[in-house]
Amino acid sequence: MSSILNVALPKGRLGEKVYDMFEKAGFPCPSIKENNRKLIFENKEVGVRYFWVKPSDVAIYVERGAADIGVAGKDILLEYNPEVYELLDLDIGKCHMAVAAKADFVDDRSKTLVVATKFANIAKSYYAKRGREIDVIHLNGSIELAPILNLSDVIVDIVETGATLKENKLEVVEKFLPISARLIANKANFKFKSEIIEKITAQLKEQTEKKND
Amino acid sequence: MSLDLVLRDDERAVFALRELYGKYGYAQYKMSKFEEYDLYALNKEFLVSDNVITFTDTDGKLMALKPDVTLSIIKNGKDAEKSVQKVFYNENVYRVSKGTKNFKEIMQTGLECVGDIDDYSITEVIMLAVKSLQTVSNDYVLDISSLDILNAIFDKASLSQSSKKQILNYLSQKNVKGVESVCDEQKVSENDKLLLTSLVSTYGKPEKVKNALLSFSLDENTKQAIDKLFSVIDCLNQLNVADKINVDFSVVNDLNYYNGLVFKGFISGIPTSILSGGQYDKLMTKMNRSACAIGFAIYLDELSKLNENKKEFDVDVAIEYGNADKKQALKMAYELVEQGNSVLCEKKIPCSVRYKQIIKL
Repeated sequence: MSSILNVALPKGRLGEKVYDMFEKAGFPCPSIKENNRKLIFENKEVGVRYFWVKPSDVAIYVERGAADIGVAGKDILLEYNPEVYELLDLDIGKCHMAVAAKADFVDDRSKTLVVATKFANIAKSYYAKRGREIDVIHLNGSIELAPILNLSDVIVDIVETGATLKENKLEVVEKFLPISARLIANKANFKFKSEIIEKITAQLKEQTEKKND
Repeated sequence: MSLDLVLRDDERAVFALRELYGKYGYAQYKMSKFEEYDLYALNKEFLVSDNVITFTDTDGKLMALKPDVTLSIIKNGKDAEKSVQKVFYNENVYRVSKGTKNFKEIMQTGLECVGDIDDYSITEVIMLAVKSLQTVSNDYVLDISSLDILNAIFDKASLSQSSKKQILNYLSQKNVKGVESVCDEQKVSENDKLLLTSLVSTYGKPEKVKNALLSFSLDENTKQAIDKLFSVIDCLNQLNVADKINVDFSVVNDLNYYNGLVFKGFISGIPTSILSGGQYDKLMTKMNRSACAIGFAIYLDELSKLNENKKEFDVDVAIEYGNADKKQALKMAYELVEQGNSVLCEKKIPCSVRYKQIIKL
């Protein structure tokens, strides 16, 4: 097995922030900042290889061992429940899982509640805990449309600033779950690369703690 | 050609393991593919996945294709005083694979030691787990944990059943923050909270973990459980099989079935554990057996992911005879095989075949 450490980063703004943290931790890979369409970047000297993947796929890459470690949102981890180690809360990419609806929404408990969401499992467990019968509609994007077109009564989705909701005349009913980015590791690969993974984890932990002071 | 070249990695492993277990007096246990469904319905949580393929037998009984071997061995065994039943098996089981969500046939090899289990049996089984990993690869790790240690610490911190379950889950994820949040919710004392979170962060070489644990103020039960774990490891050390054993509390199993030592084995290059086992006295009690038990299973189908012996060629020689004399072609093929080559002889050789040499007649 190669001794190089494979790191799956979530494509996008969050991923760039995460890379900066890795760079600060002593694992730079300057070519990653070049503006091109390459997906994979390697720095043999420090023994690390980064690749960009769709944020919701990071957990799969790590669970299946194609990546040794990666950074994924807590929302993805709760939704797919992958068999991985969750080593650290990076305290970035912070937002909330929330229920939102039209401003005039009143929950009619005599009816089944129709919920549109990308996160079917999270929505199911949230309402199961409250003993509320629901009908889940799984959508892949533009969730905000669902209540407007009366496709659903409410939506369960990630809320960061609430700007998108506001523009679509929706309101937060309840924020029920804080979300942030987590450092995850493949359970088996962790055993064979524990030294370098521990080093990275410790460095990143230091950075998040410093930020909070 | 020697047998070694013909066998696939998993087949070779099956034979090597059979030889290994036989040498230590374990008898092969052969069983039928079916079992009454009731057995699994009553012990659902013991199964890795609770989906079972069922069918109705000719007499109307609901039957199942075996998703697990251990339950059958326990069900069919009898308690005998002061004796131990040592068996190994090599069976196909039928489970839902996590990736595809479809049923899959999985080849499983394992051994069970049932009866009057003492330190000898426990150590022997763990030694055989190490030896089993060694037959597959030299780049392996065996992680051991002790549920007795966890239980003792949980009891001391007087945690509720549901919070125990939560903490176990967070332990298995090495999630320090998760463990802390449960401790805060349950108002666990500062010392116990530190101890519980240290279970996440201390792992690795047994000596290191032992010292880390002993630096806390512990109650008698916890100390005893720690002693027990490390006396087993000391014993393995004497045999020189402990250098790749780590203590790691992220190895957890259902507390309703397992107790004492639990362990998982990993091979470099395979993204999941390929060996998993432990003591399951509580399952025995549930099945009305008074004996104790320990065992493990190895999932050999994972070995195909290793791809160590990638073959460069399908055959040594390809013979394309076209319209030439068939007798001559057969004679040539026969002679080449007698000389020790592998041969593919066809009218036209498909272009997907990789060969060292091609002869066109």
